[in-house]
Amino acid sequence: MKSLADITAIRDKMKNLIDTRESDEDTIRIVVGMATCGIAAGARPVLSEITAEIARRELHNVIVTQTGCIGICQYEPVVEVLVPGHEKVTYVNVTTDKVGRIISEHVIGGKPVAEFTYGRVAR
Amino acid sequence: MQELSLNILDVANNSVKAGAKLVNISLIYDENHLKLIISDDGSGMTKEVLNKLKDPFYTSRTTRKVGLGIPFLTLLAEQTGGYVEIESEVGAGTKITALFDANSIDMLPIGNLGSTASTLISGSPDVDFVFHISRGELEFILDSAEIKILLDGVPVSTPQVALFIEEYANDNFLQITESK
Repeated sequence: MKSLADITAIRDKMKNLIDTRESDEDTIRIVVGMATCGIAAGARPVLSEITAEIARRELHNVIVTQTGCIGICQYEPVVEVLVPGHEKVTYVNVTTDKVGRIISEHVIGGKPVAEFTYGRVAR
Repeated sequence: MQELSLNILDVANNSVKAGAKLVNISLIYDENHLKLIISDDGSGMTKEVLNKLKDPFYTSRTTRKVGLGIPFLTLLAEQTGGYVEIESEVGAGTKITALFDANSIDMLPIGNLGSTASTLISGSPDVDFVFHISRGELEFILDSAEIKILLDGVPVSTPQVALFIEEYANDNFLQITESK
């Protein structure tokens, strides 16, 4: 069983990484909708999977945040990926199964997964 | 919602939106009941708003016309034979109490409460959350302020930290929620 003091080991590791991190201009933001509509549609496990995938791949230039309802409740869970210098990409009906490809192809590879996007799904 | 912990996440997010700096979430189990209390020091609500709260066609948001958070929680409590009670004062905060008959066939499982804790704490780094879970003599308190002190400047939203919080919280929550 974990003890709260175990968090200090994570802290020390992260402190070293933060010091060597590239500037904020390179930071990729992933935003997960976490209003009633998102939560009911499965946003919490999607957020967990994104968080776990980023930790597993040790991506230190990515931050994950949460937002409220953006008005397309029927397409929740909604995940937005914001890469500096590129247009925002909105993924809809996201499931934990789709997270791996979004991270590897888009966040790491720089190429959005078109078939999961609002533009494609909502057509 | 398939887990009560998802409703807790949803309702606690209302406290965040109300500008709370501190949100207390208590789950008090006894032989037959679960009492859930979510209280905050946010902006509070007027009597008029309070009266409309259980109406699904009332919401303070502008992106859609329905607000289902409190109606969902109320439905879940009432279907077990329990209730939801809301006290609020403008400028002071809001306290939501939900009582569930834990033995009811319609009682929803609590689910992944650690994930709810981690989602709240990492999602709103400027807000503090205190989870207080008890059953008789058994008691566990998870206080985000304590975690932030240990982190010494490392953001609480760091993925590795969020994963740790979920696992640590669940290790301890389950000792109580799964005990009889």
